[in-house]
Amino acid sequence: MLFVAQLVNALQLGSIYALIALGYSMVYGIIKLLNFAHGDVIMVGGYIAIFSLAAGMHPAVAIILVIVGCTALAIIMEKLAYTPLRNAPRISVLITAIGISILLQNLAQLFFGARPRPLHIPFPTGSISIGEITLAYPMLITIGSAILSMLMLNYIVHRTKLGKAMRAVSEDTDAARLMGINVNSVITFTFALGAALAGIGAVLYFVRLPVVAPTAGAMLGLKAFIAAVFGGIGSIPGAMLGGFAIGILEVIVNASGFSRWTDGAVFLVLIIILLVRPAGLVGKPTIEKV
Amino acid sequence: MERFGIKTPVRYGINAFLLVAFILAGYLITQGGALGRAQNIMITQVGVFIILAVSLNLPAGYLGQLPLGHAGFMAVGAYAGAIFWRSGLLAGYGSVVVGLLIAGVVAAIFGVIIGVPALRLRGDYLAIITLGFGEIIRVIIMNLPSITGGAQGLQQIPRHSSFLVVYICVIVCCLVIHMLMKSRHGRAILSIRENEIATESCGINTTYYKVMSFAVSAFFAGIAGALFAGNQGILEPNNFSFMMSIDILMIVVLGGLGSMMGSIIGAIVLTSLPMLMQELMQGINQYRLIVYALLLIVVMIFKPSGLMGTYDFSMSHVLEKAGGLVLRGKKKGGDA
Repeated sequence: MLFVAQLVNALQLGSIYALIALGYSMVYGIIKLLNFAHGDVIMVGGYIAIFSLAAGMHPAVAIILVIVGCTALAIIMEKLAYTPLRNAPRISVLITAIGISILLQNLAQLFFGARPRPLHIPFPTGSISIGEITLAYPMLITIGSAILSMLMLNYIVHRTKLGKAMRAVSEDTDAARLMGINVNSVITFTFALGAALAGIGAVLYFVRLPVVAPTAGAMLGLKAFIAAVFGGIGSIPGAMLGGFAIGILEVIVNASGFSRWTDGAVFLVLIIILLVRPAGLVGKPTIEKV
Repeated sequence: MERFGIKTPVRYGINAFLLVAFILAGYLITQGGALGRAQNIMITQVGVFIILAVSLNLPAGYLGQLPLGHAGFMAVGAYAGAIFWRSGLLAGYGSVVVGLLIAGVVAAIFGVIIGVPALRLRGDYLAIITLGFGEIIRVIIMNLPSITGGAQGLQQIPRHSSFLVVYICVIVCCLVIHMLMKSRHGRAILSIRENEIATESCGINTTYYKVMSFAVSAFFAGIAGALFAGNQGILEPNNFSFMMSIDILMIVVLGGLGSMMGSIIGAIVLTSLPMLMQELMQGINQYRLIVYALLLIVVMIFKPSGLMGTYDFSMSHVLEKAGGLVLRGKKKGGDA
């Protein structure tokens, strides 16, 4: 029965990774940018939650504020730093993204201090028991809300006009522009959508691990990125799949007593995937044309 | 127009003269006792970062890739050198030289091991995979306490990094990379940066050159690591985190991707400025990384090639220019 408990645990972690990985994957799919600062958006979300809860807001309001705050931050980031670099070489954009990540971490450290702060998002506690298995509510809510968000994302991408525009821009930016699509606003919308998912991910993550530190987002972001690569970057189902895979892997490594090697194991998986199947599990390999 | 040219042997003479002048000046200053211990450590640290930046400039600036695992190579070299020095197998300058060579060679072997698979990828993927390797190296060092001291760190490393040792390493590193880039191998590396597919269709073995520049870069990063160990006297795995790679990358990018001069100036300014500022104003260090990050973003938006671009300083060129001006001035005087 330990197995089922661990599996649910893995699914909880995996759904958080998947939510964050979606943001990486969508942005990469649309402008081929590895948004290094995506993980730090989650850290900012954590601080928003701390302060809005400390101000005595209703938890539901605080959660909405986190999601809105993350979205707003991503839009500001995109407008200030990435829009001027739209036609720059990719290496410059990548370095800018690293710069933003360092900036956010250090601003957080300056304003909120380097010490981790506790964050208790009031979440329904308790559990249900099925036979010998006990499932805690936060776990089930996490998995449920992650799946719900992904279904909504799927609806937006495949059933709405903006989603269609997103897919068009990621397929061929110039052709999309010729068809009258406002490429810039579509890109901004993609960032916003990814950040909103990261906001949901932030709430769920800090329910699982109730401490916020300026560097809280860095490793989380990297692992979510690995999840995106694992599934096939640029692909939405791939990001979900990758998220769950990385979650399961981490729980297996931890459960078998090698918890100090967890980060190493995740990176090792990344390296193996990149070498064996660089396009990821569901991605299509691309051939570079001259 | 008449050009004032300097012949190649004379150019070598000028360069050799400058090198000796610098070394004498540095030696006199550091040995003369005009500087305190803190300043000496600072100067050594600047030298270490010059080597790191110049060696990272090879794959990042000249080859056009973005490795984010430079701290990993540095860590490998640092631990290899420190473990050798602590074992006390040799004594005196022989020990220093052998330790540095071991550090460089071990790091270069890692460079090849990592480079061969990593270089099958390019761009962001290469950045991420090198980052992954760097982190794995750190995790391994953390988890092998019997060899590396684990999270506690390695202590009581002999302080072999005197000014002279570091200075000679800086010279050798700059010289080797400079000569490499002026040779046909260097042109092959540059052409990979400009257009990899075109280079390949010219019959140049791109994989070979990529791995080679990775290995050379790792070699010097390893030496820099050993010098770092010999300067600090203590090593901790967290010295070599992702942030260290970013620090080095920041120097190279701000100085100018593909400019050795830029890397050197960048290393001097970015390493010594925070230490000097710290003495002037307490608590300024918490703003350091914020300023760096803003600089990085602003430079990328307004001058993506870095502050120096690809410009490289050459004393002979300056003399030639000056000589040309003098020549022209004389001619005008004669006409009047």
